[in-house]
Amino acid sequence: MDFKSSEQPARTTGPRSEDALPETAAAAVKVVIVGGFGVGKTTLVGSVSEIRPLTTEETMTQAGVGIDDTSGIDGKTSTTVAMDFGRISINEELVLYLFGTPGQERFWFLWRGLFEGALGAVVLVDTRRLEVSFDVIGRLEERSVPFVVAVNSFPDAPEYPMEELRGALDLPESVPIVPCDARQRSSSRNVLVTLMRYLQGLAMAQEAS
Amino acid sequence: MSHPGGGDWEEASPERLYVITGGRSSTSAPVELDLVTLIVARSRPKPGMQPEHAAIIELCQSPLSVAEVSAYTGLPVSVVTVLLGDLLADNRVVARAPVPPARLPDRALIEAVIDGLQKL
Ligand SMILES: Nc1nc2c(ncn2[C@@H]2O[C@H](COP(=O)(O)OP(=O)(O)OP(=O)(O)O)[C@@H](O)[C@H]2O)c(=O)[nH]1
Ligand SMILES: [Mg+2]
Repeated sequence: MDFKSSEQPARTTGPRSEDALPETAAAAVKVVIVGGFGVGKTTLVGSVSEIRPLTTEETMTQAGVGIDDTSGIDGKTSTTVAMDFGRISINEELVLYLFGTPGQERFWFLWRGLFEGALGAVVLVDTRRLEVSFDVIGRLEERSVPFVVAVNSFPDAPEYPMEELRGALDLPESVPIVPCDARQRSSSRNVLVTLMRYLQGLAMAQEAS
Repeated sequence: MSHPGGGDWEEASPERLYVITGGRSSTSAPVELDLVTLIVARSRPKPGMQPEHAAIIELCQSPLSVAEVSAYTGLPVSVVTVLLGDLLADNRVVARAPVPPARLPDRALIEAVIDGLQKL
């Protein structure tokens, strides 16, 4: 097999120098923001990220698969799915990455290990389309991924008291549910802190047992 | 969302991705790579390297996650993982593994994250 890759120049545009992580960055953790289309995942990631959100893509037809099958090469059967992410340097050693991913489970497998090893997840809910959230919440529970629910406030969305939403989403008492405006950094940060406090509680309960 | 810098690889076709990886879809990486494994180059790119390998080494002069390498090169994570496997096997980069799942939820870790978020 010939390497023809030198025909095209490699792109070397990297992070801006001020976006480079310090040499001391030793380990990273991740949090997944999951929700339906247009619910504000990218907005939330962007409002707290220290870098401009980046996009990584994956195709449904994996590289190399179906190479002998011309229908696969046409790209007709391949779908590209994008995932946005941002970054927060927690301290000199620790980096937090936030990944925004669509609520439909059929996309999750593309990002092998996305939820595996994640600290937890934020389920972003649009009250105009609660159905999407049922599925997501069910899947996270199955995978034992700890999560909190954030309710994005769109102007034309019906307003429910949080406790009514808890009932509608069939959420256990223990799972925090918070209103949020993903466009505001302080509000988005509050969502993340809510998740962390929840995880802190889980960790303390584990220590105690 | 846009790719920063724009570039030649945005439209990378399945054939082209196949060429870049030499047709391999799994990795020879001695370690399991996560989206947030941090990659650091051990040296500068060497002349004669496959351009994609050289580009990754160039990018990883300071630590960078696998996800960022994918975003900046415009290559899918699956392809980047194969390329990183080569570079790891050749000792050209090192991988700093994420906090292992077995340690989660780790209270000290969570509390460090809370501290960091409060400084935002
Ligand atoms: N009023 C209001 N609008 C918001 C909020 N969050 C996001 N939006 C708007 O909703 C639209 C969609 O937001 P995105 O962040 O792109 O949503 P997304 O979930 O990333 O969308 P997809 O990636 O396409 O699924 C944008 O026009 C945002 O400005 C919010 O909290 N309140
Ligand atoms: Mg988005």
